[in-house]
Amino acid sequence: MRLFIDYTLSGVSSGMIYAAVALGLVLIWRSTRILNFAQGGMAMITTYIASALLEHSVGYWAAFAVALLAGLALGAATERLLIRPVEGRSPVDAVIVAIGFLIFLEALAGAIWGASPRGFPAPFSQVDYLVGGRAIAFTPFDLFVVLAVLALMGVMLLLFRFTEVGLRMRASAFAPEVARLLGVRVNRMLTLGWALATMAGALAGLFVAPAVFLSPNYMDSILIYGFTAAIVGGLESPLGSLVGGLVIGLAISYVGGYLGSAFEGAGALGLLVVVLMVRPSGLFSRVQARRV
Amino acid sequence: MTVEGLSASYGPVRALDDVSFTVEEGSITAVLGANGAGKTTLLRTITGLVPATGGTAMFRGVDLASRPPEEVVRAGVAHVPEGRGVVQELTVEENLRLGGSFRRDRDGTRAAIGEVYEMFPPLAERRRRSTFTLSGGERQMLAIGRALVARPEVLLLDEPSLGLAPRVTTQIMALLRTLVAERNLTVLLVEQNARGALSIADRAVVLVLGRVALQGPAAQVASDENLRHHYLGY
Repeated sequence: MRLFIDYTLSGVSSGMIYAAVALGLVLIWRSTRILNFAQGGMAMITTYIASALLEHSVGYWAAFAVALLAGLALGAATERLLIRPVEGRSPVDAVIVAIGFLIFLEALAGAIWGASPRGFPAPFSQVDYLVGGRAIAFTPFDLFVVLAVLALMGVMLLLFRFTEVGLRMRASAFAPEVARLLGVRVNRMLTLGWALATMAGALAGLFVAPAVFLSPNYMDSILIYGFTAAIVGGLESPLGSLVGGLVIGLAISYVGGYLGSAFEGAGALGLLVVVLMVRPSGLFSRVQARRV
Repeated sequence: MTVEGLSASYGPVRALDDVSFTVEEGSITAVLGANGAGKTTLLRTITGLVPATGGTAMFRGVDLASRPPEEVVRAGVAHVPEGRGVVQELTVEENLRLGGSFRRDRDGTRAAIGEVYEMFPPLAERRRRSTFTLSGGERQMLAIGRALVARPEVLLLDEPSLGLAPRVTTQIMALLRTLVAERNLTVLLVEQNARGALSIADRAVVLVLGRVALQGPAAQVASDENLRHHYLGY
């Protein structure tokens, strides 16, 4: 029972990170119908930027804020310069561009900062909480991660549901041509979507680095689990990303805990297969026939 | 609005060929013709969804055809596209808000939305609901209402009667006539339903294979039996 609680707790905290990655992927998918394979790479770059600032004696929170802002800027720039030319074309073009960009970013990081892993601090203690004298697999830092990702999701939800900008973004994703006729500057909304998505990725990157150390490839496996979480959640909504992330996080935690860490990947993939067989469009998607 | 020599192609196919006509302020001009005659392409080229290969569509000194579509409604021209373009995933109210989202004047937009609800009570009843449950006629009301929230001077309508029952079509046509009278709106109405369109139009332009076959006062076109048989099928 105690193991179960521990696995659940660590599954929740890692699941939140996958949820943040999934959120970024879902935002980009919904607005531009592109699977952003470079999501992890972009998060890696923004985390390296934070790391560089920390080396120059900038405080953690300032570096944190800069990383998020860098995410916004990087996402916007990527959409305008790299993605805009391939938006209307075959999906394969966009995939090639994204993968190419990922390779470029990893090489760039290696060239600037070297390939050897470096440490990255966590803003809160990584010592297990004690409950009734016993240590549980949950730390103050984990609590911060959970709260921060929930806050991110909350902000996104508020943005989309209650603001004019959110309305324009949704319209741009659902019906870009009609939106244009109504005066929505669809291209700007797409850039904004990418900016927000990359910021979500940047947040995830900052949260992953303390445990696994910062290196050019450190986000690769996180991206894969994030993708799985996004698909399980339905590629449609922030809520789907959250649930997908938690489901994957828990699945990996249980499988890794009870069967051994070698089986983690198989666990995630197995879950993906089950979900795709039972509900192919993902847990939270609304499969709708489009009526004219 | 003056359209001059407007042409457009889909690849090798000349969908519009040197189309010219003028729409008078405060009037209704019907664009008629068979399926595939280029009526929808005409509207899409005017509002920039389809690139023009030649010619212009001038309105208040601006060539609409050369601007991106999102600028056209800012110039005062609202296009209700074929199929209505009601955004399914949004509620009735969100669709209407979208119509005015490019304007800075929030109060004006809210007032305009209020007017639309007065004009179309069924929409007011369902304002927070998804558009899924709307009937065809209600969707058309929503599409027109949404265009009106932008307070346009010109309304381009692409086959509003498509898929609607005859009684509803008559209501929509009467509504257009009222809007023109009350707001000095200018309407360019593309229709397959020639009879209905001619009953409210001031002028008619008949397209055949992308070209203007004839244009003139609507009453004249409607009363000329030969013409009707030949071009309009009744």
